[in-house]
Amino acid sequence: MQKFKGHPISLFLNILVKLATLLTVGVLVAVVGYILIMGIPNLKPSLFEWEYTTDNVSMMPAIINTLTMTALALLIAVPFGVFSAIYLVEYAGRGNKIVGVVRITTETLSGIPSIVYGLFGYLMFVTAFKSYNIMAGILTLAIMILPLIMRTTEEALKGVPDSYREGSLGLGAGKLRTVFRVVLPSAIPGILAGVILGIGRIVGETAALLYTAGTVTGVATSLFSSGRTLSVHMYALLSEGLYTDQAYATAVVLLVMVIIINALSGLVARAVGRNKE
Amino acid sequence: MKGSFKEKAMQLVFLIAACASIVAVILICVYMFGNGIPAMQKIGFKEFLTGTEWKPNNEIFGILPMIIGSIYVTIGAIIIGVPIGILCATYMAKFCPPKIHKILKPAIDLLAGIPSIVYGFFGLMVIVPIIQDVFGTGGKGILTASIMLGIMILPTIISVSESNIRAVPDAYYEGALALGATHERSVFFTVIPAAKSGITAAVILGVGRAIGETLAVSVIVGNSPVIPESVLDMARTMTTNIVLEMGYAEGLHREALIATAVVLFVFILIINLLFSLLKRKGGKA
Repeated sequence: MQKFKGHPISLFLNILVKLATLLTVGVLVAVVGYILIMGIPNLKPSLFEWEYTTDNVSMMPAIINTLTMTALALLIAVPFGVFSAIYLVEYAGRGNKIVGVVRITTETLSGIPSIVYGLFGYLMFVTAFKSYNIMAGILTLAIMILPLIMRTTEEALKGVPDSYREGSLGLGAGKLRTVFRVVLPSAIPGILAGVILGIGRIVGETAALLYTAGTVTGVATSLFSSGRTLSVHMYALLSEGLYTDQAYATAVVLLVMVIIINALSGLVARAVGRNKE
Repeated sequence: MKGSFKEKAMQLVFLIAACASIVAVILICVYMFGNGIPAMQKIGFKEFLTGTEWKPNNEIFGILPMIIGSIYVTIGAIIIGVPIGILCATYMAKFCPPKIHKILKPAIDLLAGIPSIVYGFFGLMVIVPIIQDVFGTGGKGILTASIMLGIMILPTIISVSESNIRAVPDAYYEGALALGATHERSVFFTVIPAAKSGITAAVILGVGRAIGETLAVSVIVGNSPVIPESVLDMARTMTTNIVLEMGYAEGLHREALIATAVVLFVFILIINLLFSLLKRKGGKA
């Protein structure tokens, strides 16, 4: 405290930043702690039965739907995202007009709220297929995470030193071979971190799915039948208002998923850092 | 020659992929405006945007209460989230030892990763009863939603502000220090003002998040479609208006909800424009 003698403003500011940080961490601890403490006692085996009934309110079908929809949305978004990042970083020259337009559109896409995505998906895909279906949800999700995948891949590609490219070209490899054999492999951890973030976004998404994939409780039997993800399941439980205990349990499962996803992306990001050294 | 054909073909594939985001934005605009504008015409632009009554059963569709509701909860979220966020970002960028930073950074990322429905549930179970006890109201309303949204925009504000504060050249800080200022004064009176446009961009991004948030708000804002008179009143935002009624709406009612999304979309486009303008300005400086 000696160093703040005669500097009351400095002392005040010092305390202020620490208080704000404590408050932020406190909020996180409160949310996570509350959900875990209230939710874990409600985790019952019946909640994980394969079939959903109004008695067991099983979340298993929702978990399966979440997994299939995440996998399929990634299957669409990752190639588009990675390829377009390759174009932006490896092919487009300086002052290329398309690059500017792509930047503006990706910024726009990442700012659009999920409910607007939801309505767009409804208008475009649900109207085309005549009913709620997980394909509509998957396509909507793929557009939603596209800017995320693009941005992280772009960063990863930019992080690959030019000497790699020059070395490969110097040995007589073509541009395409250089990109796929040399540049992409060294950018994989960065791309992976982006993909994991995308998974997190999909797992937490609700508003974009309510009116695209719909809220049917069972496992979706085909791409053109409706099915709810875990987040949508939780929203449905809350709005029905009868299943508070089950909502607590669902919140725990969601939270644990998000914590695992975040830990994974942290690990991958650290691997990237090590590569660079 | 075979190799060069492959090169050309793949370059075209990459170019087509790069155009995907452009196509997506065009499709979204076409579908949203194409469905929303005719609906507004049917209702009447003035009646729709400035009408104070929302009575779908009587075919009265005025969304002014929802626009005001959205603006109120967003302002509330900014009042709560921005000061805490900027102070926390300052701590992370300029005060905390690397060891603490290693814990704080993943914590902020986790705060960003928690699904909005989980936040809504927490708000419903924890914040609503607290507001009930303190103010003797029903608990749901603008204040509750503002607190919740203030928390939800924290990670956005913190991470964007932090990177912008870090981007300020060390010379600013060192110069102030050399002139005899304390660490705190150097940070707050030279570094932070230098990061001003970046921090403003962070706030604008936060505004975008807050105004577009749907589910967390829908369970705690109360959802009554009237213009609120106090912060404790219940309100309805544009996002919750859509999510609540879309499930059963038909005909003109459904079109009015799509038109609501168009109004929200326009708000977001303006916010995005402001954000990129500021980012460009910050980049030049």
